Amino acid sequence: MAETLSRPQNLREWLAFVLVWGAAGLVTAVFCWLLGDIVWHGIGHVSWTFLTAPPENAGRQGGIGPILASTSLILGVCLAVSLPIGIGTAVLLAEFTSDQSLFGRITRRSLDILAGVPSIVFGLFGNAFFCKMLGLGFSILSGGLTLACMVLPVLIRSTEEGFRAVPASYRLSAAALGLSRTTTLIHLLLPAAVPGLLVGLVLGVGRAIAETAALIFTSGYVDRMPESLLDSGRALSIHIFDLSMNVSGGDTNAYASALILVIMLLAINGTVSWLATYGLHRKIMTV
Amino acid sequence: MTPVESLTGPHSRHPLEERPACRAPQPIVEIDRLSLYYGDKPAFQDVTLSINKGCMTALVGPSGCGKTSFLTCLNRLTDLIAGCRVSGQITINALDVLAPGINVIQLRRRIGMIFQKPNPFPLTIRRNLEFPLREHGIRDREQITQIIETTLRAVGLWDEVKDRLGSPALALSGGQQQRLCIARALALLPEVLLMDEPCSALDPLSSGVVEDLIVGLRGRYTILIVTHNLAQARRIADYAALFWVQNGAGRLIEAGTAKQIFENPRDPLTAAYVSGMRG
Repeated sequence: MAETLSRPQNLREWLAFVLVWGAAGLVTAVFCWLLGDIVWHGIGHVSWTFLTAPPENAGRQGGIGPILASTSLILGVCLAVSLPIGIGTAVLLAEFTSDQSLFGRITRRSLDILAGVPSIVFGLFGNAFFCKMLGLGFSILSGGLTLACMVLPVLIRSTEEGFRAVPASYRLSAAALGLSRTTTLIHLLLPAAVPGLLVGLVLGVGRAIAETAALIFTSGYVDRMPESLLDSGRALSIHIFDLSMNVSGGDTNAYASALILVIMLLAINGTVSWLATYGLHRKIMTV
Repeated sequence: MTPVESLTGPHSRHPLEERPACRAPQPIVEIDRLSLYYGDKPAFQDVTLSINKGCMTALVGPSGCGKTSFLTCLNRLTDLIAGCRVSGQITINALDVLAPGINVIQLRRRIGMIFQKPNPFPLTIRRNLEFPLREHGIRDREQITQIIETTLRAVGLWDEVKDRLGSPALALSGGQQQRLCIARALALLPEVLLMDEPCSALDPLSSGVVEDLIVGLRGRYTILIVTHNLAQARRIADYAALFWVQNGAGRLIEAGTAKQIFENPRDPLTAAYVSGMRG
């Protein structure tokens, strides 16, 4: 708070003061405006019926029930695939590959490049590979797998950082007690690396749940209730995009859907940080 | 004896019962022309030394002369360091330590190590002791509880922590953490204990407590202790070995009984070091 900072003494300090507080204020203001706008326009339309009913009249009326279902399924597929692969790769990179090895360097560099690739490229890749080549068509499965590809680089790199943040002394003392590498990994390193994993998860899920471009080409935009993972399903972000760009008079429902999306994101972030603080404390005790 | 029997057997009596004292010295660890390189850079070269059973041997010398590296060869922790190369021969109770095919897990069970900085796991006090025991095949709850109590008593920690075994080990003070680490090593009934400046990261009071504990272990365990503290080495060791850097690599200058090294050194370097003129 301002009280903890000493008062600016001269012109240069005043300038720095204004610049720093101005920048922080600007960022906060933009966020508040955005959130306020969504809440203001959307809150009136959110109701239980809205959450459960199917959309009518191209989404102008009705709710987002099937869309929430599709979104959850796509996210579920994405996590079910990316979590095991992500943790496995991170373990390989952090614990079994030296920094200098060619394999490690190439893998890390590729992941860093992949993390910066625009999502539309992932969408086109998913369309070509999952939809056409593997014959999955426009489906929740294709969408989830494409999202997994997109989320993996971020998830792997941040989980790897989580492993690297574990003090070397754990590994040394475990080895000196004659504990095998597997035991050390499962009982000490993995729990201690969880914070990194959760950061990756928040970043990844945040990116996935808000994704539009990668899903248009893979999971499609059929707004019926999906009956299997091979059905096409419309994700929430695509619904918002469609309502606001292609459907005249869909603005109010677009706002309400955006509000739900923001609430979902906040809920996921909240759950993850709760997990990080309390849920895993029984396992690892850092005081 | 199977590995499990060798562990469970003695525990059924008393884990810290009298071991052969340092009276009739009998080598248990034989080190022959041992050298260690990090990449091309030698840490120490050509060290030949034998460690007697039930005795306390102090490794002294200035920083950077390879004393700690020397310790880590004995339990093959050097395997964990990329680019580290060891040559020579180490035999512990007839086991060829540096042979490629030996069971390293079993070796490290037999050779306990205490580090400079206390390094308990971020688990509860109980889990810190229980976890390695379970790993080495002791699963009986009652037996584990009993071992936890005896080892904690042996390091003088039992009365301080008996009511909070379920609290985090990292909440203990530095000295308590170090004693917990010693208990954790003792619980596995090691034949040899390696100690890498176990008191140097502690405050003077805790350091004194830990030193008393180590003195109490003398005669019951074969202990190899690295220390910068000459006074400490003089107080507690039966044997001493002086390491020094010569031509860019650590070397063993002189080894003998602590009495001889401190009172009647043969090498002029040793004489200068123990009298405080050098190092």
